[in-house]
Amino acid sequence: MGEHNIRNFSINFGPQHPAAHGVLRLVLELDGEVVERVDPHIGLLHRGTEKLCEYKTYLQAMPYFDRLDYCAPMSQEHGFCLAAEKLIGLEVPRRGQLIRVLFLELSRIMSHLLNVTTQAMDVGALTPPLWGFEEREKLMIFYERVSGSRMHANYFRVGGVRQDVQPELLDDIEEWCHHFPTVLDDLDNLVMNNRIFKQRNVDVGLVSLEDCWKWGFSGVMVRGSGAAWDLRKTQPYECYEELDFDIPIGKNGDNYDRQIIRMHEMRQSTRIMLQCIAKLREPAGQGPISAEDGKIVPPSRKDMKRSMEALIQHFKLFTEGFHVPAGEVYVATETPKGEFGVYLVSDGTNKPYRVRIRPPGFAHLQGMDFMCRGHMLADVAGVLGSLDIVFGEVDR
Amino acid sequence: MSAELQALGEHVASSLGEAVVDWAIAYGDLTMVVRGQDIVRAISFLHDDPQCRFVSFIDICGADYPGREKRFDVVYHLLSPQHNRRIRIKVEADEVTPVPSIIGIFPGANWFERETYDMYGVLFSGHPDLRRILTDYGFEGHPFRKDFPLTGYVEVRYDDAEGRVVYEPVKLPQEFRNFDFLSPWEGTDYVLPGDEKAPQS
Repeated sequence: MGEHNIRNFSINFGPQHPAAHGVLRLVLELDGEVVERVDPHIGLLHRGTEKLCEYKTYLQAMPYFDRLDYCAPMSQEHGFCLAAEKLIGLEVPRRGQLIRVLFLELSRIMSHLLNVTTQAMDVGALTPPLWGFEEREKLMIFYERVSGSRMHANYFRVGGVRQDVQPELLDDIEEWCHHFPTVLDDLDNLVMNNRIFKQRNVDVGLVSLEDCWKWGFSGVMVRGSGAAWDLRKTQPYECYEELDFDIPIGKNGDNYDRQIIRMHEMRQSTRIMLQCIAKLREPAGQGPISAEDGKIVPPSRKDMKRSMEALIQHFKLFTEGFHVPAGEVYVATETPKGEFGVYLVSDGTNKPYRVRIRPPGFAHLQGMDFMCRGHMLADVAGVLGSLDIVFGEVDR
Repeated sequence: MSAELQALGEHVASSLGEAVVDWAIAYGDLTMVVRGQDIVRAISFLHDDPQCRFVSFIDICGADYPGREKRFDVVYHLLSPQHNRRIRIKVEADEVTPVPSIIGIFPGANWFERETYDMYGVLFSGHPDLRRILTDYGFEGHPFRKDFPLTGYVEVRYDDAEGRVVYEPVKLPQEFRNFDFLSPWEGTDYVLPGDEKAPQS
């Protein structure tokens, strides 16, 4: 066979591939089984969320944020709420903050459980997702009990949250938090200590810390490469400052480190949740769940039935919505996937002038090309899984 | 915090000279408006200067202000993990003049610049691969411009007879509704004619 017969091979991975975690199309250039170039084609789930928000009032724009990273819906709502609150200058009462943090951490566990276990599936295991989804189902029931919806909760509001949590729900979440670490122990034994899982993940998808910053990586990606960088600690928001938790970091920046970090973060999140529940039960944790500025937060149903002013406020808030002072802010939060930023430009009306959603997954997916070069074709799915990509947020 | 930002803003503004058109601190964010042709110099200064060290690339996005002569803003967000600070750089652009690409400093800017081009039609010079990224293959127009309708121009459906997906002009069964809510809620602040003598509260 002459030299001219040797040629690179291009294959199309996705858009309907079970390991593509959604609708990703990868054009791979292969030399034998070694990946030479990766060209991700994204946008198959592009819905124009940012533009849609420009045509909606702030309240109406909220549900769109659930549909970004649908593995941890409340984390996204939170970013938008914080941005609007910063422009208005609104302070969320302590109980509201505690409830928010409780459900933010619950969302983090939901997202990490899905990611860690399905990444194990990408590298060949079938049992972990079944175990993970069992716990995830319980978390979704908590979502449903607090907001009425299993996934797209639309629970956070500018100024606080939609409604208070019932004491029974707190009891049930606490019980779950006590039981959950045993599931994590089981997963540790089944997945993290598994020889095949290690062979497929250790030293695969290496990223140096310098590359991480340059490529705009955040969250677990930078922590996996050794930076103790977590926005909950470094640029704290809500009441994270008074909560006690640790930031796990990796040493090698490979797939395995990232998954180990996710496992540890779930333990830390459980810790935070237990603290929040304890604080919610204290006398200091009682009080309003959302700000009491009648121009932003609608009155209670009870007031509405008795007071004409409350009725008028309610009507105006649900037709016109509230006005946000002109200005621009960028608010970043530590979502399970990384730094989720909302750049909000307001022109003083009841609708945002520009909502920019900075999805962490978009930057991570971009790194696929340099992370996969020189790896085998089978590792592409593993690297993709360890990046924790969700197309709702990448494509927006 | 804001004193630190003030000092940082003054330092950057004096070091970059006339490249910085304007800068301000609002809502705890430092914003610098930079001339388009100087953006690469400004970003590399912010990356390298020991007082800045904005080594983490966060975001590039566009924004459209059709009333202005240069209608677009290209907005850069950077983060300094060392000093735990953020900065926002803004560059004004229009449809024809390209903005220099910053891929040389931050390779991660690649897709973000592609997205800005796709959504707003801002051109980036020196970008190796300025393709559309989020919109459909063969899409026309730049959807995030304020003069692009929310419903778009074309819709797709699967045609049974032809056995393929066909593109058709968008048909709305009901007119797109966009209510005007800017009429006053708080009541009037002018004096009613004939009411001049009433005590003003």
